[in-house]
Amino acid sequence: MGTIEKDLLLAVSDLHQIPSGAFSIRENGKGVQVNSTENIQIIPKGEGNGIDIYIKENTKNESVHIPVIISKSGIEELVYNDFYIGKNSDVLIVAGCGIHNTGDSKSSHDGIHRFHLEEGAKVRYVEKHIGVGSGAEKVMNPVTEIEMGERSELTMETTQLGGVSYSERETFATLEKQAKLVIKEKILTSENQVAKSKFRVELVGKDSSADVVSRSVARDESYQSFFSSVVGRAECFGHVECDAIIMDKAKISATPEILAEDVDSKLVHEAVVGKIAGEQLIKLMTLGLCEKEAEELIIKGFLS
Amino acid sequence: MLRLENVSYKIEENGKERYILKNVSFEVAKGETIIITGHNGSGKSTLMKVIMGIIPVSSGKIYFNDVDITEMTISDRAKLGIAYAFQTPVRFKGLKVNDLLTTAQKTNSKLMEVCNYLSKVGLCARDYINRELDDSLSGGELKRIEIATTFARGAELNLFDEPEAGIDLWSFDGLISAFNENKDEGGTNIIISHQEKIMGIADRIVVMDNAEVSMIGNATEILPQVKSIRVCAKLKGDE
Ligand SMILES: Nc1ncnc2c1ncn2[C@@H]1O[C@H](COP(=O)(O)OP(=O)(O)O)[C@@H](O)[C@H]1O
Ligand SMILES: [Mg+2]
Repeated sequence: MGTIEKDLLLAVSDLHQIPSGAFSIRENGKGVQVNSTENIQIIPKGEGNGIDIYIKENTKNESVHIPVIISKSGIEELVYNDFYIGKNSDVLIVAGCGIHNTGDSKSSHDGIHRFHLEEGAKVRYVEKHIGVGSGAEKVMNPVTEIEMGERSELTMETTQLGGVSYSERETFATLEKQAKLVIKEKILTSENQVAKSKFRVELVGKDSSADVVSRSVARDESYQSFFSSVVGRAECFGHVECDAIIMDKAKISATPEILAEDVDSKLVHEAVVGKIAGEQLIKLMTLGLCEKEAEELIIKGFLS
Repeated sequence: MLRLENVSYKIEENGKERYILKNVSFEVAKGETIIITGHNGSGKSTLMKVIMGIIPVSSGKIYFNDVDITEMTISDRAKLGIAYAFQTPVRFKGLKVNDLLTTAQKTNSKLMEVCNYLSKVGLCARDYINRELDDSLSGGELKRIEIATTFARGAELNLFDEPEAGIDLWSFDGLISAFNENKDEGGTNIIISHQEKIMGIADRIVVMDNAEVSMIGNATEILPQVKSIRVCAKLKGDE
């Protein structure tokens, strides 16, 4: 692995070296390294287009890293990763994709992630997307499908902080009794990038809950759209929040939808799009920052 | 150290000119603590914003250590040594107390643990340093953080706009000691306040009325007059 690849790996998964637990590293369209552990088995799919990950019941405090890096121009791939997460396990899953493109052909990674959480399973899922290099388009279209069994919990943290030319993210989740889903999305777009994000969460079981929070910043001439739909089919709680900072000549569209199909479902949505408050800039300027520095600090905090 | 010469700020209101500040002139010496008091709407906050450069003057001059700062940007005034605690502190989503204090302290030559500034205003540093400056903080907490941030600048001149607002009586004495400590260290302060205890630390008092300075003088002379004006105002039902 060269320096470019190592840097990408570090950026998407915070890995300085080969991780200790279970992992699968995919580089330029091929799985290059796979490691299973006693409790976590990773099996490459026959067609070479993804992996199946099996996590045994009661597996605690273990992690799975599945970074994808593309450093060659012109690679376009569609990958399926299926996670089977056993009863009462408690694990960290780190995915992410880094594309470095200095060439003149488009590079793209479409990842379909399917999560099956059994009863009481608990997962923290972290996904980082970055694009670097001044070449042709860097495209990522992640699809996440989540089936949450009774009392299972999933916290999904996704970040896309720059460099991705085009992305279309789709997240679908179904929650059984007492399941709990928390999604925190962070997106920064600049230049003429486009980022679209779509959520559909179905609260099927009694006392299930979902909290979807998206924070984003669109600068220059970039475009972002946020669409979310939360459906309540039982006594449940759903909250969707889209909080966006718009700058320069960017455009942002937010469409939060809630659909209550049970008299005991409680669903809330909020969407705020606005520029950085003038008084925030002024406060930081009174601390000695110039306007540009103040702006950067506000954005950094907002997306932290 | 600070000199205002005929500072005026006027706006257009319903096609007519209205003075928010009219020919305000006074000087503040190094090491002095000046309290500005006066009715709501008399122009006190506007005056502070004009000194900090947040509001431009319509006419007049402002000198800081004999440098004409009338046209200077907010950042340049801050770098020159003016710090300002807002009347209503600003909230930031995502930024933490620590971020604000570290930013404030960057150009402070007397580097101190940022936590010390929080202790000064009666906040337990450990509990607050990683708190977000968002709606999760109460107005009083935010106000104290604002004051701590201002002290963290280590500026030659501090401006405080109604520092007592939202601060409970219990912490009040702590606030007074923080100001006294700053005075003892030779700090120069301009404080807008209606609070007698805070007025008690003044060397001089400026009273503003309807965009103008109506009285200025040593605290010992002005304080009794302010008290009697306030008693009259109370009788008239103005306050
Ligand atoms: N930009 C502005 N436009 C219109 N009126 C203003 C503006 N700024 C301040 N004022 C008015 O100026 C007066 C003085 O305000 P301010 O300085 O905040 O008073 P104080 O701090 O003494 O209570 C008030 O009547 C206020 O409504
Ligand atoms: Mg005021």
